[in-house]
Amino acid sequence: MTDTAIRVEGLEKRFGDVVALDGIDFEVPTGTVLGLLGPNGAGKTTAVRALTTIIRPDAGTAEVLGYDVVRRPDAVRARIGLAGQFAAVDENLTGRENLELIGRLTHLPRRLVDSRSSELLERFELTDAADRPVRTYSGGMRRRLDVSAALVHRPPVLFLDEPTTGLDPHSRRELWEVIGELVGEGTTLLLTTQYLEEADRLADDIVVIDKGTVIAAGTAPELKAQLGATIIEVGLADPAEALRARGSLVAAGFKADQQDREVRVEVDDGARELVNALRALEDSDITPATLVVREPSLDDVFLTLTGHRAEATDTDDEATRGAA
Amino acid sequence: MTTTTLTPTVLAPELEVQGLRRVIGAVRDTLAVARRNLIGYRRVPQLLVFSTIQPVVFVLMFRYVFGGAIQVPGMPYVDFLMPGIFAQTVVFGSMGTAIGLATDLKLGLIERFRSLPMARSAVLAGRTLADLVRNVFVVALMAAVGFAVGFRVHTNALAFIAAMLLILLFGYAFSWIFATVGLVVGDAETAQAASFPVMAPLVFASTAFVPLESMPGWLQAFAEHQPVSVTVDAVRALVLGGPTASHVLQALAWCIGILAVAAPLAVNRYRRAA
Repeated sequence: MTDTAIRVEGLEKRFGDVVALDGIDFEVPTGTVLGLLGPNGAGKTTAVRALTTIIRPDAGTAEVLGYDVVRRPDAVRARIGLAGQFAAVDENLTGRENLELIGRLTHLPRRLVDSRSSELLERFELTDAADRPVRTYSGGMRRRLDVSAALVHRPPVLFLDEPTTGLDPHSRRELWEVIGELVGEGTTLLLTTQYLEEADRLADDIVVIDKGTVIAAGTAPELKAQLGATIIEVGLADPAEALRARGSLVAAGFKADQQDREVRVEVDDGARELVNALRALEDSDITPATLVVREPSLDDVFLTLTGHRAEATDTDDEATRGAA
Repeated sequence: MTTTTLTPTVLAPELEVQGLRRVIGAVRDTLAVARRNLIGYRRVPQLLVFSTIQPVVFVLMFRYVFGGAIQVPGMPYVDFLMPGIFAQTVVFGSMGTAIGLATDLKLGLIERFRSLPMARSAVLAGRTLADLVRNVFVVALMAAVGFAVGFRVHTNALAFIAAMLLILLFGYAFSWIFATVGLVVGDAETAQAASFPVMAPLVFASTAFVPLESMPGWLQAFAEHQPVSVTVDAVRALVLGGPTASHVLQALAWCIGILAVAAPLAVNRYRRAA
């Protein structure tokens, strides 16, 4: 077995005039979890679609367990599982029938199809609903079925494209638990997400992409270390006041961003700088409505790297899908 | 590619086995997909019911309302009508292929299928096979309705069966045209809307419901040679008698011609879809 489960080098993909991937590189060691992070339209889904042989890259190479996705697509397909952002299950089939269909199409022996399906339904707590058409399932149940469909043939490499987008917090945590178990059993996972908390919790390594290029890579602590040690968040009465507050903080030598009614300050020495920051505000006659002092999160990394928050939707992955 | 040319002795036998396994695998995949689509028809009977009610209404309308006003020399109008109804049924029914594939595309199922180690051809082959099976039921039902309102075969049972097989082949060929439509539009409602303008002139500007001679000259040129008329004429020859061979051969030529063009188009579209 290779030590590298996924290798991507100089991968490029264009849809008409839209450059979805502008030469990205990354590697995922076998048995680890890579979080591919980026806003909508960053190219996450395009990277997953190229790696899962759904689309052909224009340039560069991508390998899964040593097999080139363009030259040996069947070898790749036999070793991967994919669950996309839209629960791709047949609404008219029951949960069990959906899993059995995937089992047959991955050419598992008949008895294995049956036992694996039952096993997965149980594991994803779908046994009670197993023989009901998927039409009657809730969003969380569909997503769990979708992920279990990716696991029927026990692929060593799993791709989950925004697996928890649109799920309520409870369903999200449930899915995280199962994903954690899978990884514990040695599955290599590439996970795309817009939720930094998700990457923080599940991923060993994180690759941040924006506009089709890798803008940062490393472990979550490494990425956070690129920022100051402490984040001070000052909430103000209104955006105008916040803008004024940012002005006086910048004038006092702070690194500060303003967004809506909030000003975010990155500092190296929280305790001492907090006093100075408050003094700067007081000098300008500004009284904070709220005040938070905390460790930097991946959200802060993202904001610093891309200049916008993770949830920002300037372009949309839908657009690149349509262009395909 | 390079590996194959560099080490042909090692890879050749393996590819040989794979070639045979591939064919068996493709058949199995096709059957699995077809089965899945048929379950869909069973679970959502509305699809089947609506696509059956329409031709039944046409039979009743033309048999009892318009039929009296349409003069067909030498036979009761219902005998002239039913071959047209069979053709109309399978042509309109092939919209189901477009709707089914458009829905799969929209739901992301096609993407999932493309990531599986299954035969590339199985999604389309399975879909059209399921629609062929559906047509067997619908055509049988229409025949029963026809017999109930007085339709009679003038030739023999064998010729009638041959006529029904020809209709099914014609419907199968049309499924491939609408497979492409479904994959291009990628949305069930649009698939329905896009299909109708293609189908209506083919079905109505044909000899399905009225004799060719009743149309203006400029329309006759189109109506006489287009596939629906040719197939209807062949079915009429088979069930009502008269010179048969040339009609049937022309109809078969249309079916094969449509398949030869539409199937590669659909496959090509499938490769690029999603």
